[in-house]
Amino acid sequence: MTPLLQVENIAKFYGPRIGCTDVTFDLYPGEVMGIVGESGSGKSTLLNCLAGHLPPDRGAVKFDTRTDGLRDTVTMSEPERRMLGRTDWAFVHQHARDGLRMNVSAGGNVGERLMAVGARHYGDIRSTATDWLGRVEIDADRIDDRPTAFSGGMQQRLQIARNLVTGPRLVFMDEPTGGLDVSVQARLLDLLRGLVREMGLSAIIVTHDLAVVRLLADRLMVMKSGHVVENGLTDQVLDDPQHAYTQLLVSSVLQV
Amino acid sequence: MTDYNFAYLDEQTKRMIRRAILKGLAVPGYQVPFASREMPMPYGWGTGGVQVSAAVLTPDDTFKVIDQGADDTTNAVSIRRFFEKTAGVAVTEKTAKASVIQTRHRIPETDLTEDQILVYQVPIPEPLRFLEPSEVETRKMHALEEYGLMHVKLYEDISQHGAIATAYAYPVKVEGRYVMDPSPIPKFDNPKLNMAGIQLFGAGREQRIYAVPPYTQVVSLDFEDHPFEASKADHACDLCGSTTSYLDELIVDDEGGRMFMCSDTDFCAARREDAA
Amino acid sequence: MIAIENVSKTFTLHNQGAAVIKVMQDAQLHVEPGECVALTGASGAGKSTLMRMIYGNYLAASGRIFVGDTDVAQADPRQILDLRRHTLGYVSQFLRVVPRVPTLNVVADPLLSTGTTEAEALQTAGDLLARLNIPERLWMLSPTTFSGGEQQRVNIARGFAYPYPALLLDEPTASLDATNRDTVLTLIEEAKARGAAILGIFHDTAARDRICDRVVDVTCFTPGAQSVPA
Repeated sequence: MTPLLQVENIAKFYGPRIGCTDVTFDLYPGEVMGIVGESGSGKSTLLNCLAGHLPPDRGAVKFDTRTDGLRDTVTMSEPERRMLGRTDWAFVHQHARDGLRMNVSAGGNVGERLMAVGARHYGDIRSTATDWLGRVEIDADRIDDRPTAFSGGMQQRLQIARNLVTGPRLVFMDEPTGGLDVSVQARLLDLLRGLVREMGLSAIIVTHDLAVVRLLADRLMVMKSGHVVENGLTDQVLDDPQHAYTQLLVSSVLQV
Repeated sequence: MTDYNFAYLDEQTKRMIRRAILKGLAVPGYQVPFASREMPMPYGWGTGGVQVSAAVLTPDDTFKVIDQGADDTTNAVSIRRFFEKTAGVAVTEKTAKASVIQTRHRIPETDLTEDQILVYQVPIPEPLRFLEPSEVETRKMHALEEYGLMHVKLYEDISQHGAIATAYAYPVKVEGRYVMDPSPIPKFDNPKLNMAGIQLFGAGREQRIYAVPPYTQVVSLDFEDHPFEASKADHACDLCGSTTSYLDELIVDDEGGRMFMCSDTDFCAARREDAA
Repeated sequence: MIAIENVSKTFTLHNQGAAVIKVMQDAQLHVEPGECVALTGASGAGKSTLMRMIYGNYLAASGRIFVGDTDVAQADPRQILDLRRHTLGYVSQFLRVVPRVPTLNVVADPLLSTGTTEAEALQTAGDLLARLNIPERLWMLSPTTFSGGEQQRVNIARGFAYPYPALLLDEPTASLDATNRDTVLTLIEEAKARGAAILGIFHDTAARDRICDRVVDVTCFTPGAQSVPA
């Protein structure tokens, strides 16, 4: 099996400061990888470099494209990268309002990616949008409401529907459950897990919540000061952490 | 008169605008930035159109101005007088006799010929602006032909009103490439954008010029199951009886009495003369 | 099916003076298909540690841990995940699930992730829950609110839903009444009969005597002393 994503030696600097450096890993189809670390550890910088939102200073992000096999997305042309961004890739932002059009109805938000790849039948677009709202547990009669009328949890679910409607193969998530109530988080986690399996998605999830990665991620990467300090199977990293920082991180979690 | 340059603008400005116009004609539907000048009228009163007209007028031209189809409204009259004074060109109210027609919000009912130029006044040239506020982003979308967002707007129309409710400034795709705002003409006029004359669009405040050369394919955007329809009031003109022209609705008394009449005053008057 | 060769394990506690604790040394163990082996030894002797190393939760310091053809001590995460999906099952003492997921789906999960159709997976899950006397009215509820004994049975049902060739059982009969205990032992016997290699921890000696072919005392793998911080 070939990896879906091959990350080689990615580095990003902000002047003399290190954003992230020496990051190398492979992600295989269907795998979910978590990236944890405290604020400022470089996890969001890394995610943005991987997703093409930030140009890395060094390294390659090779993606197994449907037509041409492995291609370095760092050096591919911008139109190609943007095309990937609305077909095979998806990005779920921490704040739903960064990932949604707040002045467009829920149906329009979900339909946008379909229309962006050429869907021109209103009835079909609408029924696909209705189907997706159902899958993220939003009532069909809310389809014409704007996201401003939705709760935080609903907005986040809408963002997920909007991203997954074109059947991407790789989803980047930046703190997808951050800022949500615990009960709402649980529902979202359950939903994400189901969708990941159903669609055979690969995902890279940045979070600082160890409980979230234990439930969602197969693999875990721990970052500190821009470096990857530990990397492995999620429960192995959490149950038998090897690096001093990971041990501190795991032992600092409050028990309920 | 000889102490002044022909048609108000200095020669350097005219060259700059003409270059923008030629570029616009070479890349149909593409918004060419230009250094819009201060004109002796407020923004929103047609400063873009006036600059384009000034740049294309020659002393032999015959000039016509319409505002919402009418030759006798304040805006139309003042712009027509402006060019009578600064260019000394002949003016007319007859569509067929004019070689340059400046218009706000209408295309004349009479078909234009290869010898005619239609100059549009444009308030907001960017069709994607209502959904995407960033100019950097909209330029990128045009460059990469990412036009899904335009259909999101039409989708929103149908979902809210059951049909595409956009009645004017209805977006079009020019020669299969650029999505363009045809200025706030009624969508009834959209099919007429496929014409023999040259169409030039000037947005003074937004500093953009764009163009549609003769016989260019201009297609109104739509959905397969909600095709574009060039609609008008389901009525005949109460003055000339035309059933094919675009109509204005006029409230005539305090009891709700109303009448419909052609928005194109020249077209209506000519029909009445022929009938008399 | 399960083969452990010269395995040792140390914990380095970086945040507690970098203390290095040696917990296991030269562990050797073999479990053949159709065989059930019990790990014994006093509490803290390393029974659970050994089980977790086999499942890949703990990293071995040295040695080889074969499950089928895969050396867990060397395998990358992807190979271990595949092993856990298709080859190696684990019934732990604690149930760890996504909140809000119905019990029936929790149990069907291992089947769904190996490609069984939803209808078939739910059917198998329902049969197992019925055998383990979980009332049907609870099936659509999340097990997070269940009693300890119920959670334990849900955990067992989940562990036995997919016919793994190798199984790790951590006290499967603890906190069960006589009837359910008997059902669980029968499930284990059925797994043995279909050729599964089973390694387990059973404090319940009667249960151990009924199903286990051999007993391995992990005390003999315990290193003599702890090292002093460097």
